[in-house]
Amino acid sequence: MQWDVVIGLEIHAQLATRSKIFSGASTAYGAEPNTQACLVDLGYPGVLPVLNREAVVMAARFGMAVDATVARRSVFARKNYFYPDLPKGYQISQLELPIVHGGHITLTLDDGSRKRIGITRAHLEEDAGKSLHENMEGKTGIDLNRAGTPLLEIVSEPELSSAKEAVNYMRRIHQLVRYLGISDGNMQEGSFRCDANISIRPGGQRELGTRTELKNLNSFRFIEKAINYEIQRQIDIVEDGGRIVQETRLYDSDKDETRSMRSKEEANDYRYFPDPDLLPVELDDVFLAAVRESMPELPAVKADRFAQQYGLKPADIEVLTAARETADYFEAVVADAVDAKLAANWVSSELGALLNRDNLSISDARVTAAALAAMLKRIQDNTISGKIAKDVLAAMWDEGGDVDSIIAAKGLKQITDSGAIEAAVDKVIEANPEQVEQYRAGKDKVLGFLVGQVMQATKGKANPGQVNQVLRARLNTQE
Amino acid sequence: MKSQRLTIAEQSRLLARGEVSSVELTQACLDRITELDPALNAFITVTPGEALAAAAAADRRRKAGEGGALTGVPMAHKDIFCTRGVTTTCASRMLANFVSPYDATVVERLAAAGMVSVGKTNMDEFAMGSSNETSYFGSVKNPWDADRSPGGSSGGSAAAVAAGLVPMATGTDTGGSVRQPAALCGVTGFKPSYGRISRYGIIAFASSLDQAGVLALTAEDAALVTAPMAGFDARDSTCSPAAVPDYAAGLEASIRGKAIGVPREYFDAGLDPAYAQAVHAALDVYRQMGAEIREVSLPNLALAVPTYYVVCPAEASSNLSRFDGVRFGHRAADVSDLETLYKRSRTEGFGDEVKRRIMTGTYVLSAGYYDAYYLKAQKVRQLISDDLKRCFEQVDMLAGPTTPTTAFLLGAKVDDPVQMYLNDIYTVSVNLAGLPGISIPCGIVAGLPAGLQLVGPQFAEQQVLNFAHLYQKETDWHRRTPLTGASGT
Repeated sequence: MQWDVVIGLEIHAQLATRSKIFSGASTAYGAEPNTQACLVDLGYPGVLPVLNREAVVMAARFGMAVDATVARRSVFARKNYFYPDLPKGYQISQLELPIVHGGHITLTLDDGSRKRIGITRAHLEEDAGKSLHENMEGKTGIDLNRAGTPLLEIVSEPELSSAKEAVNYMRRIHQLVRYLGISDGNMQEGSFRCDANISIRPGGQRELGTRTELKNLNSFRFIEKAINYEIQRQIDIVEDGGRIVQETRLYDSDKDETRSMRSKEEANDYRYFPDPDLLPVELDDVFLAAVRESMPELPAVKADRFAQQYGLKPADIEVLTAARETADYFEAVVADAVDAKLAANWVSSELGALLNRDNLSISDARVTAAALAAMLKRIQDNTISGKIAKDVLAAMWDEGGDVDSIIAAKGLKQITDSGAIEAAVDKVIEANPEQVEQYRAGKDKVLGFLVGQVMQATKGKANPGQVNQVLRARLNTQE
Repeated sequence: MKSQRLTIAEQSRLLARGEVSSVELTQACLDRITELDPALNAFITVTPGEALAAAAAADRRRKAGEGGALTGVPMAHKDIFCTRGVTTTCASRMLANFVSPYDATVVERLAAAGMVSVGKTNMDEFAMGSSNETSYFGSVKNPWDADRSPGGSSGGSAAAVAAGLVPMATGTDTGGSVRQPAALCGVTGFKPSYGRISRYGIIAFASSLDQAGVLALTAEDAALVTAPMAGFDARDSTCSPAAVPDYAAGLEASIRGKAIGVPREYFDAGLDPAYAQAVHAALDVYRQMGAEIREVSLPNLALAVPTYYVVCPAEASSNLSRFDGVRFGHRAADVSDLETLYKRSRTEGFGDEVKRRIMTGTYVLSAGYYDAYYLKAQKVRQLISDDLKRCFEQVDMLAGPTTPTTAFLLGAKVDDPVQMYLNDIYTVSVNLAGLPGISIPCGIVAGLPAGLQLVGPQFAEQQVLNFAHLYQKETDWHRRTPLTGASGT
């Protein structure tokens, strides 16, 4: 039987505020347990939450980026449940009136077609702490550093129809929050994670099947594997005549399987109600205009502009606009009077390779955009060939120093003096009478070999175009 | 006895003239606590060392020509206010050993104004109660009659002021917890508008209703101490940024031509006729001052108590979730799993009334019941608030009895929560609407004090204090002490 898959994602993006959503404690990652939890985060008697304005700005920015409504009035609610890493016994979240609702983003699918995915809502909430089990001598420790960290929970419509689409969607959202500067998107540190609601139904059926929820998926690779596993599990059950149980399941990446965490019956009754400690969040025109003013160019707009303004190929655009920092780097290179296609090629391939090799992000690149531009200009003015340029860039990257001093120090300057090139060509013609004979007999391919010989003789410094020209002229005239 | 009950204004004058030192006044309070409190049980914690050190510091400031009117005046805090380094129990076993690491805003501000705290007063557990009988530390006795309740939940504060242990004590008022014990103990109890005083550091009971207040001997004293307590606090989002007027400066303003509304529903069957008479006599005093008395109506008054007993437990059930035995407070011994830790810690740590409210609150917020109870209660709350607002389109002030009866016998209502809750009938609607209210002594009924409640529009603290003060200039009910009683000073 043909099965349709229906997936909706709930993404938790940790907002990049310096302090927590309801307290002044730092949100920095990796501190000693419980050193970044103040009395408010610890849920001490008598303390009260005070909303971090920056978190609201960030949520509004996201709303605008996905063409959603940024609510003029949103309300914080308490989600009540007991857990040791939840100090107050409730999480402050938003239920009925979230700050963002009714948006969408557009995915480009593998076949090049576009698909619009609805974003039901995005709401602000506080993160919980962590339970620690290692080195606790059989006890459980609680680290409340993360408690109160601001999260934006982004809920999609159930409009994704494969694991691949789900990953595509998640990558888009990941790209977006980083563009907006509202989240570092660090999945290893848990700053960006998602839950997936998954169901299947016979092809063409309108009615939705019973869904299961997969919790805490925190890498793109696992998401795809976990969802695919879960889809197959559901299909197997239904095809064996069984029924899907509505439940929450956890993906085990070691075993590549999902297992039940709790059923619907065991689910908490969260007893949501508006938090009386916090006023409704009221946003006025001035606030919204200021946020709109602060919006960066979004990835899709940037991609269109790169195509028009620079005439780049889709593959290059994809790489260059994947992260805002890469696009900014590229444009900084171009701004230094470097040809856009040349710049695109070097930023996406050569620079990209070095970054990958050293596992660095572009903001930590060891060659600045200005330095790369200076180097590319030496290609443009024929000081060095593209091939030599790779060595120059490697030297700049590994040893530092500017392009001209490296060229000078290593004697890499391209030979453009026609006398020198002619002399080298003549030597090669003299040394390879057999190949010259073949060429003259009409075997054009041999030219490549002869060019290579000249380049070797000049240690790659001869201008290849010139070599070609001189060689052809010599071979043709000395007939 | 009379000399033992000097008002803050009087003590301030003596201190200013150098006729008495703060150390002497503070020592006198401590002596009186030692003498009377074993029988009264108004204090949970007394802090003589800290108090005398603060008093000595206040004396030094006075000597250096520094400080203000309140510098060196002793007082006490209800044990719901967090006090740094001092046990803050909320009258619960749950927090019997909890030493707060920080000061509540109110504590901080009164200390900054130079007041000297001598300790923490007894109360109903987590402020849940109207009789002070729910305290883990035993009930407070009414200074007028040791067999009777001082009212609650700020019963310890009211009794301490009535018995002259301190001239003033802080309280909190969620449904009448300042005004009701003030009425039952024959003192002045002032609750400003919701949002007028920061709730930061007050152990939360029902967050949308809780408000700090004061128990004092006079409205003038209430004005003096409320001024530094009130005003914006960035640590409480619900605290109003509105400017705080000089309450003391407005006390003498004439009320000639002002209209006082008397809700017809306040005089229904539940009210003791002799109590009603005392209230009518008080209204006559206002008439003589040139105020006009008009009957008004609060058609939804009967819904106030049921509404309150949905909203307030709902919020309480959530607010009290943090007492789980994990980070602070009572933790059950010898437990090996999480669920047992929660269950036993909370079972052992909370008393019956607290458990009743947690259960009620959990129920009204549950899936399937939320709309029928919590949401409906919020709608009725709006109606009650609208009723009061409408009254203030016609009158400047509302007046009526604070409670249906004078102090009741300890044990009389403790097994009948509904009867107990009905004691709040005149006070809860004021909290539901977030308005300022005051209870001032207005008579003695069968040897026990009766209270007149005045309620003003939102943030009309100054007018409320002004009306109360002028009444106290014309009468001496507020000077009656448990010992002088009906016979007068």
